[in-house]
Amino acid sequence: MSIETRTGLPSIETPPPPDASDLEVRRRPQRRRLTVGLAGRWVLLLAASIAFAYPLVWLVSASLKPKSQVFDNRLVPETVQWSNFVEVWDAGPVLRWLMNSGLVSLMAALTVTLSSAFVAFGFAYFRFRLRGVLFGLVLATMMLPGAVTMIPVYLIWHQLGLVNTQVPLWANNLFGSAFYIFLMRQFFLGIPRELFQAARIDGCSNVGLFWRIALPLCRPALIIVFIFELQASWSDLLKPLIYLQSEEYFTMPRGLKQIVDGFALSGEYHWEIAMAATLVATLPMIIVFAVGQRYFMEGLATTAKQG
Amino acid sequence: MARRVAGGRLQRREARSAYLFIAPWLIGFLVFTAGPMIASLWLSFTDYSLVGDTKPVGLVNYEQLVQDPKVATSLSNTFVYAALFVPLGTVVALALAMLLTKVGRASGFFRSVFYLPVMTPAVAAGAMFLLLLNGQRGLVNEVLGWVGITGPDWTTDPAWLKPSLALVSLWTVGGSIIIYLAALNNVPKQLYEAALLDGAGPVRRFVSITLPMISGALFFTVITHTIAAMQMFDQAYTMFYGPQQKATASDESLVYMVYLFQNGFQFFKMGFASAMAWVLFLIILVITVIQVRVGNRFVYYEGGSTR
Repeated sequence: MSIETRTGLPSIETPPPPDASDLEVRRRPQRRRLTVGLAGRWVLLLAASIAFAYPLVWLVSASLKPKSQVFDNRLVPETVQWSNFVEVWDAGPVLRWLMNSGLVSLMAALTVTLSSAFVAFGFAYFRFRLRGVLFGLVLATMMLPGAVTMIPVYLIWHQLGLVNTQVPLWANNLFGSAFYIFLMRQFFLGIPRELFQAARIDGCSNVGLFWRIALPLCRPALIIVFIFELQASWSDLLKPLIYLQSEEYFTMPRGLKQIVDGFALSGEYHWEIAMAATLVATLPMIIVFAVGQRYFMEGLATTAKQG
Repeated sequence: MARRVAGGRLQRREARSAYLFIAPWLIGFLVFTAGPMIASLWLSFTDYSLVGDTKPVGLVNYEQLVQDPKVATSLSNTFVYAALFVPLGTVVALALAMLLTKVGRASGFFRSVFYLPVMTPAVAAGAMFLLLLNGQRGLVNEVLGWVGITGPDWTTDPAWLKPSLALVSLWTVGGSIIIYLAALNNVPKQLYEAALLDGAGPVRRFVSITLPMISGALFFTVITHTIAAMQMFDQAYTMFYGPQQKATASDESLVYMVYLFQNGFQFFKMGFASAMAWVLFLIILVITVIQVRVGNRFVYYEGGSTR
């Protein structure tokens, strides 16, 4: 049988199956085209990178220019004016705002991470009758625009005398947040059930299962949730606008808005001060990203798989 | 029989533990979501304004809402912004993600660069782009000038306010890029090899393999971006509203959430604002249902079932 099949082929030693040779023929020009394509790819990617990164580089430069040059779009300032940052310090209690923002976003991130994980474990580990319905409800709240609850929630905080404090900016997070519950649940579902059973046999309580097994195994997920909420909370403007009236309680974005309004969009149009303040408001998040970028990327990649 | 009773008791115990875990969310849902939803629905039929007497006014708020030209304007502004940003953001993000698939380890660098703007607080991004998009001396128009295009007055010409907002949002599209890249990397390579064997060109491969295989991620981002776009507030408010705002200012940048915020927390027409919120909720609900309906026809879920 082997002789019969071989006879028709050009070489006995290496009989390439017809399909494979066909593939080779088609692949070769493809590969060559790819190198040209690859160069084009790089050019486009570099151009896009400049478009994405340059505004931030430009911001650093603009924040150091004197008033007369802030519009000149030069990369390196003709005259470097460090005093812009001193002006920012005098434009408002900036250090206070930074600390407020830091405190609020840390509280927001810490509470939402723990509560969401706690709730997510309930949905992931236990089997109970209303699980499907209730989890559906969790997901449904993601679609609910904040505006629908905004006014009554404001009235609740108003009744409690907590308007013009920072509590309303993070306290809701004590009760978990739908998207994070969803995300954490996916992670918990990935833990082999035998692990929990083994621990249970060893006499571990439910809270112990959560605290000693589920949480340590999902550390990356916890960091992902923490870091996402840190960023979201730091950036928020609407809630500080609604809840904070006294300057000393402002978060950094709320304070920045006041500086931009007061210095750049009115008065003597000191854009260089506004830009210096903008940089001050942005820098902490750039540092957070530098430290935790792995987790941002991982978190988004997980989102893609769940989508 | 005896075993069944024991099983029932176990089940009941499991359910009790489950409710302990999801209790935070349940309480939060009742206090900060369900309760306020009912309250805001009720408020929308009253003339509530934080101070003074409140009386039910029937459908007056909804009648006013229909008659108020600013509501119509803000709604159409929001639609135009969403219609500009969502498709543009999706296409740009997908294009960049596809470019990233074949640059090997360098993709890590590009991902970071593309994600950096997302870290920029919305107020900061808005403030920066007020300068970058300045009609006379902004960097964007300067760059456009290099290729012979006279850029518009992005931030002052009423016709260009919404494109400006879309452009600022486009700058922060990095999250989608990373989600798409992860989805693209999950497409089995054999599919492309098989298609190559069948002689499918790049367009055919994109339409027949790439798009269906990443449709889940596309679907997810389009829905979440649409919901977010309908609630756009931070950038619009930073760039065009606040105490410096001139009475003669154009309404072309008045997005729905800004007008809702003004009504609720600046004019204290909280009943009216609640009615606006419910209308927004219904609009988002209808859009999402349509998107899900259309999506289910095209989205490919692994395993074949529609979830």
